Amino acid sequence: MPDSLCKAIVALLLALSAALAGAKEALPEAADPALEARMTRITAELRCLVCQNQTIADSNAGLAVDLRRETRAMLRQGKSDAEIIAYMTARYGDFVLYRPPLKSTTALLWFGPAAMLLLGGAVLIFVLRRRTRLAADAFEPDEDEEAGEGRGEPARADSDAAAART
Amino acid sequence: MKRFWFLIPLAAFLALAVVLAVGLKLDPREVPSPLIDKPAPKFALPRLDDAGRTIRLDDMRGKVWVLNVWASWCVACREEHPLLVEFAKKKVVPLYGLNYKDQREDATRWLARFGNPYDASLYDVEGRVGIDFGVYGVPETFVIDQNGVIRLKHIGPLTPDVLANKIEPLLKKLDA
Amino acid sequence: MIPELGHFLLWLALGVSAVLGTMPLVGAARNRTDWMALARPSAAILFALVALSFVCLALAFVGKDFSVLYVATNSNSSLPTHYRFAAVWGGHEGSMLLWTLMLAFWTVAVARFSAHLPDKVIARILAVMGWLSFGFLLFMLATSNPFDRLVPTPADGRDLNPLLQDPGMVIHPPMLYMGYVGLSVAFSFAVAALIGGNLDATWARWTRPWTTAAWIFLTLGIALGSGWAYYELGWGGWWFWDPVENASFMPWLVATALIHSLAVTEKRNSFKSWTVLLAILAFSLSLLGTFLVRSGVLSSVHAFATDPRRGLFILAFLVVVIGASLTLYAWRAPSVGLGARFALLSRETLLLSNNVLLLVACGAVLLGTLYPLALDALGMGKISVGPPYFDTVFVPLLTPLVFLMGIGPLARWKETELPDLASRLKWAAGAAVVATVATMWLRGGIGVVGAVGLLMAFWIIGSIATDFVERLRPVGGLRTGLWHRARLIPRSIAGMQIAHLGVAVFILGVTLVKTGEVERDVRMQVGDTTTIGDLVFTFGGVRDVQGPNYRAARGTVTVTDKGRPVVTLHPEKRHYPATQSTMTEADIDVGLTRDLYVSLGEAVDGGAWIVRVYVKPFVDWIWGGCLVMALGGLLAASDRRYRAKVRRTAEASTSVASAA
Repeated sequence: MPDSLCKAIVALLLALSAALAGAKEALPEAADPALEARMTRITAELRCLVCQNQTIADSNAGLAVDLRRETRAMLRQGKSDAEIIAYMTARYGDFVLYRPPLKSTTALLWFGPAAMLLLGGAVLIFVLRRRTRLAADAFEPDEDEEAGEGRGEPARADSDAAAART
Repeated sequence: MKRFWFLIPLAAFLALAVVLAVGLKLDPREVPSPLIDKPAPKFALPRLDDAGRTIRLDDMRGKVWVLNVWASWCVACREEHPLLVEFAKKKVVPLYGLNYKDQREDATRWLARFGNPYDASLYDVEGRVGIDFGVYGVPETFVIDQNGVIRLKHIGPLTPDVLANKIEPLLKKLDA
Repeated sequence: MIPELGHFLLWLALGVSAVLGTMPLVGAARNRTDWMALARPSAAILFALVALSFVCLALAFVGKDFSVLYVATNSNSSLPTHYRFAAVWGGHEGSMLLWTLMLAFWTVAVARFSAHLPDKVIARILAVMGWLSFGFLLFMLATSNPFDRLVPTPADGRDLNPLLQDPGMVIHPPMLYMGYVGLSVAFSFAVAALIGGNLDATWARWTRPWTTAAWIFLTLGIALGSGWAYYELGWGGWWFWDPVENASFMPWLVATALIHSLAVTEKRNSFKSWTVLLAILAFSLSLLGTFLVRSGVLSSVHAFATDPRRGLFILAFLVVVIGASLTLYAWRAPSVGLGARFALLSRETLLLSNNVLLLVACGAVLLGTLYPLALDALGMGKISVGPPYFDTVFVPLLTPLVFLMGIGPLARWKETELPDLASRLKWAAGAAVVATVATMWLRGGIGVVGAVGLLMAFWIIGSIATDFVERLRPVGGLRTGLWHRARLIPRSIAGMQIAHLGVAVFILGVTLVKTGEVERDVRMQVGDTTTIGDLVFTFGGVRDVQGPNYRAARGTVTVTDKGRPVVTLHPEKRHYPATQSTMTEADIDVGLTRDLYVSLGEAVDGGAWIVRVYVKPFVDWIWGGCLVMALGGLLAASDRRYRAKVRRTAEASTSVASAA
């Protein structure tokens, strides 16, 4: 039987059985989806301590399941995100946070990339400036005058020859 | 002078190599406890042997004591258990067990089989008190002083070396 | 017998690699043609020996020889044949053998496709590669012998981790290793050039295709790993900034910088010492990656079973190889010439800026990956650095890079004028803004970051379109056909633009899926439905099936779109008796504009199941973009420039032969 016909029949049968069984729009697994979403968001930034690099949100380990349960309970009590994070770090230290807190020991971590960018930019400008100030004989002769892929002239018919010249 | 700049990559690499060499001796999965020298979390748990009686943190004030986290399903606990039994015989300090996420019957049977070094075991079936203590793996052992402050946490099975060189000296110091 | 043969072959290979490392190098220094001539045959013999050894290990696996310790820990009698073969690289020892095989392969490939290189140069290059092989062979023989026996022989093996019993396992590691190891070629070319003192544009032209080839493999290898994680792990995630993932991404970033830097060195004879440093850095990061994954210093799902002794050996190897090459660099690089001049605004400066940005990005990833280790080593506490950090830090670095990607290809070498660039690119900029706004209007709320992502992607596309329009415009008064003009565009240019297009496609995929994906986590009885937009997912229940080495609960979910049937998906929960582990196998309907992703959670009382349903718009554009990047690279590497010399050498030698 053609594949699409098969699919149609299966779908029809399912719809039929659904109608007969009183099937319905499925309920969300969580009793309170909004709370669940918040819990997932918070625990997605927490580290499962008994796993090999997984979040508490994703892991099926016993401790992770327990901590998700605790988080839900705290959210129901009306605790804020910050309070829940504080709960975790009070017990497990900063290691449990995948987003390292900004402290004197992590300042280099958080500002490092920006600092590297500034440093890289500064070095680049310095090197380029120095080059422009050097006399022409510090450089090697410019053997290559806009060959082949060079811009400044559109692609030419003899680009083969130009390419072979290099 | 120009040569100096070209040595920077080598210097940076050697510094990195030193860090990596030191790193080889470390365990990336060992989590140090933030509770050292902080008050132990308040708890009130039923006893393993008598569900009717409750033990509280405040009951332990005034004495230095050791809390050992264990479970009947924990394979590594069997390694350290004979050591604990020997240690308990010396009656240096009160030794309490925290039976973590276990079933009463299994735990009682386990103690009957392997020996019971504990003055009493606390029955933490949900693991909530364990979480409050920052327990993440079993077995773990805590030393708590007269004021209810956690002074030491050992992760993993106890060894004769740790008992002799870390725990017993600390107990002597605290008792003095 | 066969395992012992395999072991013996490795010892022979060790000897050959020592010869390869020494004689041609000394021969080049002393002008001894006969010693230099040893290089190519030694490379071939080395490859043959390692390949045969690999075959021995493969035979042990396929033949279910559990008397070999490594086979017993990574295989099982009920493991299907193709996974028994893939299990060869399922653990540390075997993957080291795969690595060594790849290295020998690249060595013999360089030996084969180097007719145009002077004898001294090829002698030095192959010698360096020989020393690299020596190091890895020594490491294997000393600490990680895959042919070690297990006495007494167990009745059955421990089985390959079920997570690895997947087609991804067959292709991802070999591709990735081809890339990692391929960077050793650029490294060897660089070291050989530093030794010989012949660093020039010709050197860059020789190095470039090899580097591009390694880059292509690395791109595909990383993309495959990411795609595999996506469908395998059941959560729909595709990148976690895990240390091992970062270990593969850092060489990729530097290799990308290297490709661009080589372009300048080849074209303009500039950036020579910088390019050499990049070549050394790229392979150094490959080696660093090997260390991180196998030494136990970092915690990762990918990490192999560890042993501090192995970590120490690899670290020593790292110090020797990287230390020696950087020392050589510090010694020789200062005397390398500056190359040709270029203005402050020129294609050269734009490429240099590209390099700075890519290296800073690599530095950021390195910082985040090693920071916990460094803090711990200094006794300053233990922290974790995960996706929240990398996502925050990396994306802002990427944005200026992508912006430059739109400008660079249109800039002239030597000197380019800002007003000229601005006027040529104004259409691209305008079109990008319009396209972004249109997309945002069609898709609803996207947010600032999403808008920036779209803008960047459309900017690249606009720039590429501008470039092609300019190149395809009729020149002067010549009335040439469009097709004729198109064929004139050099492959390296077309390849570059296609690779850049791949980046744009990638960015579109990431942006659209992150801002548009929808998830439903529901409890379903047979017949229950859940709806996302026009799509209705109907649960058809679960039945037991038997696989080759697992039992599974196989679910059925039918999907309709506005009532019309779309697909029937079969997510599974598999139980593997050999390892007593349970795996969630999602089922995915792959589409050009969206993926439908369904996985089973747990069974709950009443015969219901937790079912997780995702609609992920444009997610396959992520890996599609990587594929387009790789294709662009392939096109660029096949440019006639790299083949012309070979042809000319062949012509020259035939003319010499006929003259003789």
